[in-house]
Amino acid sequence: MESVLFYIFAAASVAGALLVVFHKNPIASALSLVLTLFSTAVLFIFLLAHFVAAIQILVYAGAIMVLFMFTVMFLNIREESLKFDAQNLPVKLGVLLLILFIFGYFASIGFKKSFSLNHAASLPESFGTVEGVGEVLFKDYLLPFELTSVLIVVAILGVVAIAKRGTD
Amino acid sequence: MIVTIEHYLVLSAILFIIGAYGVIIRKNLVIVLMSLELMLNSANLAFVAFSKALGNMTGQVFMIMTLTVAAAEVAVGLALVVAIYTHRGTLDIDVLKMLKG
Repeated sequence: MESVLFYIFAAASVAGALLVVFHKNPIASALSLVLTLFSTAVLFIFLLAHFVAAIQILVYAGAIMVLFMFTVMFLNIREESLKFDAQNLPVKLGVLLLILFIFGYFASIGFKKSFSLNHAASLPESFGTVEGVGEVLFKDYLLPFELTSVLIVVAILGVVAIAKRGTD
Repeated sequence: MIVTIEHYLVLSAILFIIGAYGVIIRKNLVIVLMSLELMLNSANLAFVAFSKALGNMTGQVFMIMTLTVAAAEVAVGLALVVAIYTHRGTLDIDVLKMLKG
């Protein structure tokens, strides 16, 4: 049952990712990105990361996607032609080589089953809940967590500075 | 058939490759940013998969950190997109080659 659901949502996320990259219309790309992020959130639930799945939907599929849609509609971006020039051909071949290398890596050593994902009995009761994640976040990683707030302040200041310069 | 960590890692690799391909091949700056989000998302998937496999919640904490960085990056990136579009009137990254604004 779980494997069937895994394959369904994995296929949905890959299809969404392909549509993001290969669709002409930027709005359709943004909506396909929502599909990918939602499917990934479902996979997070399979991995017992419930809090992270909720955050994924709230922040990624909510806030970030609204920002993308707003920008695309605000700038009125037209559909573009997907014809690539011939000068991009070496790049394409390089990316294909990268794909082959990574798949070769997984095929050679990745599939030797070193450890299975299914030993949920050894996991603590609070695994993946708000309580468990919060305990790790506020005990072991308190300083990095506080530093992310500095990052957010810097991002806000940067955005305001860029936007002000654009209007002058 | 049991879903193992390798399934999640292969899915993560596929999503990362699609995102990297989009970053390299697309000309529209907004789509490039979306492909960057795909790559960050696939890294998040690998983090959470390892978190489950090792029984350690540190991976989920790092996923939250990555999410924060992604949100800040998108905010700054889209502000730059709007500034570039009002200044130059195009988002084609083949046209936006000059270093001098």
